[in-house]
Amino acid sequence: MKLFSNIKYILVGMLFGLVFVKAEIISWFRIQEMFRLQSFHMYGIIGSAILVAMISVLIIKRFKIKTINGDEIIIQPKQFNKGQIFGGLIFGIGWAITGACPGPLFAQIGTGASVVIVTLLSAIFGTWVYGKFKDFFPQ
Amino acid sequence: MNFLDWIKQPWPWYVAGPLIGLIVPALLLLGNKPFGISSNLRHICAACVPAKIPFFQYDWKKEAWNLCFALGIFLGAGLTTIFFSNPNDIMLNPKLVQDLSGYGIHDFKNLVPVELINWTTLLSLKGFFLIVVGGFLVGFGTRYAGGCTSGHAIMGISTLQWPSLIATICFMAGGFFTANLILPLILKLS
Repeated sequence: MKLFSNIKYILVGMLFGLVFVKAEIISWFRIQEMFRLQSFHMYGIIGSAILVAMISVLIIKRFKIKTINGDEIIIQPKQFNKGQIFGGLIFGIGWAITGACPGPLFAQIGTGASVVIVTLLSAIFGTWVYGKFKDFFPQ
Repeated sequence: MNFLDWIKQPWPWYVAGPLIGLIVPALLLLGNKPFGISSNLRHICAACVPAKIPFFQYDWKKEAWNLCFALGIFLGAGLTTIFFSNPNDIMLNPKLVQDLSGYGIHDFKNLVPVELINWTTLLSLKGFFLIVVGGFLVGFGTRYAGGCTSGHAIMGISTLQWPSLIATICFMAGGFFTANLILPLILKLS
């Protein structure tokens, strides 16, 4: 089992969980504020996260920085398909209703909101239905 | 103000955003992993209910790092809630508070609104929409779109991938439409 080599990802995830709670990103109320343009908070978070990530990736590319194991860092390009439009709209609807994206679902359960387990199971079922009937949807 | 009171305060966006941004290079440097969460829902399907569906036929164990990342989120959120949670109500735009009070929502103590999302409301039509239907759309939509806020909005846009920008615009469009026009109808349900 490669659990030991995966411990580092648990630790990075814990940092993410800490930020999720401390900055109230997983709050249903903050998501409503965002979609009603009643607060800058979420826009500031997503915007500054993109900026910091962008600068970091530029530095990694510019100096050809390798992973801690000495491997080359390769970022897979994303291919455009209609899913980004239709799926994107569908996810947006779900995001506004549940007040959560997939990451915050795990975090909300962690805060003790046990009923969110049902939201997560339903999301897993949604993914399963997509996988099962994938070819019926425009790609 | 002592240290414990200080650490219990909510964090501003300019602390949280850059920290999240740093997760992108952290995952790349630790093992060339792309930042993203929603793929975990697919990995769970592949591990638990693959049902001979081609979309779920792959070696999900190779993606165990991503499941560990999600486990970390769960643990981190739990520990933070136990030790450093903000004892005060969330500070919201007064207009939102006023709007929500019109729907009988007065409890702003928890991050998840306890009056809307709990085991009792799950059995009501309102709760069914907020929990079951909402969850389904999140899982279906993210997989159809090939990512969520982390995979597209942050990882994708920061690596200058225009499909991710389109996806993010669609996330926001769906969210604006729903929060302003559909959610009020759901909140009116009993």
